[in-house]
Amino acid sequence: MPGDERGVRSVERGSIGEDMSERYFPDGMPPPLADTTTLPWWQAAAEHRLVVQRCADCQATRLPPSPVCAECRSPEFDWKEVSGGGSVYTFTIVHRPIAADQALPFVIAVIALDDSGGIRMISNLVEVECDEVEVGMAVELVWEDMSEELALPRFRPRQS
Amino acid sequence: MSASRAQIVGVGESTYTRWGKIGDITEHALACQAIQRAVEDAGLSMDDVDGLASFAEDRNEAIFLAAELGLPALRFGNMVWMPGGGGGCAAVSNAAMAVETGQAEVVVVYRSLCQGQFYRFGSAGVSTEAPAEPAPPSLQQANSLLLASMGFAMPYGLLMAAAAYALPTRRHMHLYGTTSEQLGMLAVTFREHASRNPRAVMGGRPLSLEDHQASPMIADPHRLFDCCLESDGACAVVVTTPERARDLAKPAVEILASEQGAPKGYGFGPFTNANIADELYATGGCEEMAGRLWAKSGLGPADVDVAQLYDHFTGCVLMQLEDYGFCERGEGGPFIESGALAWEGGSLPTNTHGGSLSEAYIHGLNHVVEGVRSLRGESTSPVEGAEVCLVTSAACVPSSAVLLGKT
Ligand SMILES: [Zn+2]
Repeated sequence: MPGDERGVRSVERGSIGEDMSERYFPDGMPPPLADTTTLPWWQAAAEHRLVVQRCADCQATRLPPSPVCAECRSPEFDWKEVSGGGSVYTFTIVHRPIAADQALPFVIAVIALDDSGGIRMISNLVEVECDEVEVGMAVELVWEDMSEELALPRFRPRQS
Repeated sequence: MSASRAQIVGVGESTYTRWGKIGDITEHALACQAIQRAVEDAGLSMDDVDGLASFAEDRNEAIFLAAELGLPALRFGNMVWMPGGGGGCAAVSNAAMAVETGQAEVVVVYRSLCQGQFYRFGSAGVSTEAPAEPAPPSLQQANSLLLASMGFAMPYGLLMAAAAYALPTRRHMHLYGTTSEQLGMLAVTFREHASRNPRAVMGGRPLSLEDHQASPMIADPHRLFDCCLESDGACAVVVTTPERARDLAKPAVEILASEQGAPKGYGFGPFTNANIADELYATGGCEEMAGRLWAKSGLGPADVDVAQLYDHFTGCVLMQLEDYGFCERGEGGPFIESGALAWEGGSLPTNTHGGSLSEAYIHGLNHVVEGVRSLRGESTSPVEGAEVCLVTSAACVPSSAVLLGKT
């Protein structure tokens, strides 16, 4: 990928190279774009670890990754892995394609992540009937390997 | 009238059309046309203009327009950082600050959009055609802060504004029981206003609530008629000092107060602000700014005679009604249902030109134009005796507003 001199480079997936996940979205979906601030999040995702950034001083969590803590302005941080459980905070069901060969409609949702210090993230709901989606629905994480080096977190109705 | 407050003395626009219909003239040529018409409307000459202001990644930079229009000297060239339509009123505000502080004397605020000559809004240049030589999906370098932030939205297909702004609207429906019919009534009201406006792209197309409910779903809860138009066109307003305004062609309109801003963590609105405070999420994010606007002007929502509210999507207007205090939080739906926004019989006639839903989508600068017309008595849906008009630029995204007063 371009921009190696700025520290952005492709990453190695831990254990799953040969064992790719189920696919929900086509290859032509817009690719993630990263800079050096957000890159570690994508590297963790490639290893199927869903993380939030955590301030090393006040422990406030944040996402997307950013240079300083918006609560105490500390630049020190670490990464906290979350379980992947959560609930639907809000959603939209989209009837227009973003990429070629995309199944329609598809669900974009804001997911409130469990044990994350109150973090929400934008993602998709998969393995769900559109008319069953509702605010508050319990969901769980499912990784979609878009390629050997790119994995995206999606969510499905909680099964356990 | 204050002795020092800037005034708007001229408005102008090109023909407005549907998206992609203006192809025989460039977007910057259309900007020049709107600017010239606004200056002519003011009774000024292009030689009087010494400032240009715009907003949000305007492709038509002031330096080039100043050269094309032969301005004797450009003393003030300014663009606002509020995204998309959020900067329209802020650009007027900057023009006002420039003339009030002597940085310039006559500043024209402009906006020109011929998006069909570029790429479709909301696609971000992304194609739904399969590429000739497919490559495995991979992480790409973000060449801007915007793109790095959008990296947490785009891979999930969150590109269309209609989908992004559906998120806070859906949450509002969940919290307060707001209905699609209430959103539809807002669209129907604005279309009725457009029916008297010869400039309105949808002026000849009546809309019923049944039409709204039958229109295709774009991004639930947004049906087609919950979404603003995509238009080609340009408009401009001329801002100058009260001294200069005194002997011009038409009655000036005073800029009583102007504000811009964004709450904590707001970023690029629902594309990037999933983590704003819970109590902010199902709002237009304008409440704090509205408080500043009222405090600065010494006026309140009850003093507003007519409003031109940025209407990218119906739900965003509904949330603004609550933010600006025209009704209680959560009461936007019933407020619309009561007929409050209607020109005929409404307590707050709103978008008397038809708005972006029915006149044209010129990133909301046409709302400022209509604000001026509504206080000059030039609106095609005139509000008798109107003395104060609120104009807003965007909601659910960093935004701005001006309060206009009759002189
Ligand atoms: Zn901190």
